[in-house]
Amino acid sequence: MPTAVYAGTPVTVTEEGFYLDPDQWREDMAPEIARDAGIDVLTDRHWQVIMHMRKEFAGKGTGPTVRALGRTSGVSIKELYLLFPKGPAKLAARIAGIPKPRGCI
Amino acid sequence: MSDTGKIEKVSIVISKGSLEGIYPGLIMANGARAEGMEANLFFTFFGLDAIHRQRHEHIKLATVGNPGLHLATWAGGLPGVSSVMTQYMSHRMEKLDIPSIPEFVEMIADTGAGLYACKASVDLFELAKDDFVDQVKDIITVGEFYDLAAGGQIIFT
Repeated sequence: MPTAVYAGTPVTVTEEGFYLDPDQWREDMAPEIARDAGIDVLTDRHWQVIMHMRKEFAGKGTGPTVRALGRTSGVSIKELYLLFPKGPAKLAARIAGIPKPRGCI
Repeated sequence: MSDTGKIEKVSIVISKGSLEGIYPGLIMANGARAEGMEANLFFTFFGLDAIHRQRHEHIKLATVGNPGLHLATWAGGLPGVSSVMTQYMSHRMEKLDIPSIPEFVEMIADTGAGLYACKASVDLFELAKDDFVDQVKDIITVGEFYDLAAGGQIIFT
């Protein structure tokens, strides 16, 4: 598996850039992952979604899909796509250092 | 396709007006957006019911001529069977958090996918823009559809 370096720390990631071990993640890594994922600046709204991803993952062992995010993160689906244009659940999970959420809806 | 071999854009045609004819296209469009692809939906023929203000809340499962249901054809045609089967299926879908068709259409528009109605079908059924939900961007010709679909994959359902 490939290794990426974020905030000076090497971490193991999948081919798509998702953390293999969410425990390796730290908040100061997020802005660098975001830049790799094509998001230059993380706003408070981005952070709200990212921290929600971490919380959901910690509780359920899997990240929410876009539909679930729209319901539970306090950010609407429309805004989610503005914040993360290349796929909100996928990108927010990557930046939050959790595995890619699996789900069809 | 991009240099990486990934699909970056899809245009999905929904041509049928049954529950099982509409959902697959909606799921594929929503899933495409979730993966960061550009997505357009083109509703044609009976598929227009999915975006029709009055009709999209009443989409039924086809219980006649649907061997996948494993129901005798004569039984599928009995009064009320289609409604009961539709309710049963909707209930199962709700448990899986699959949205109803009106909610799904709204959600897909919110993801930034484009929703379009086919001009030939709109003319054929004597419909107008007002008959469709607000999320429908435009009524377009087949030529305009191909222009929109340029550079991506086309999926016909």
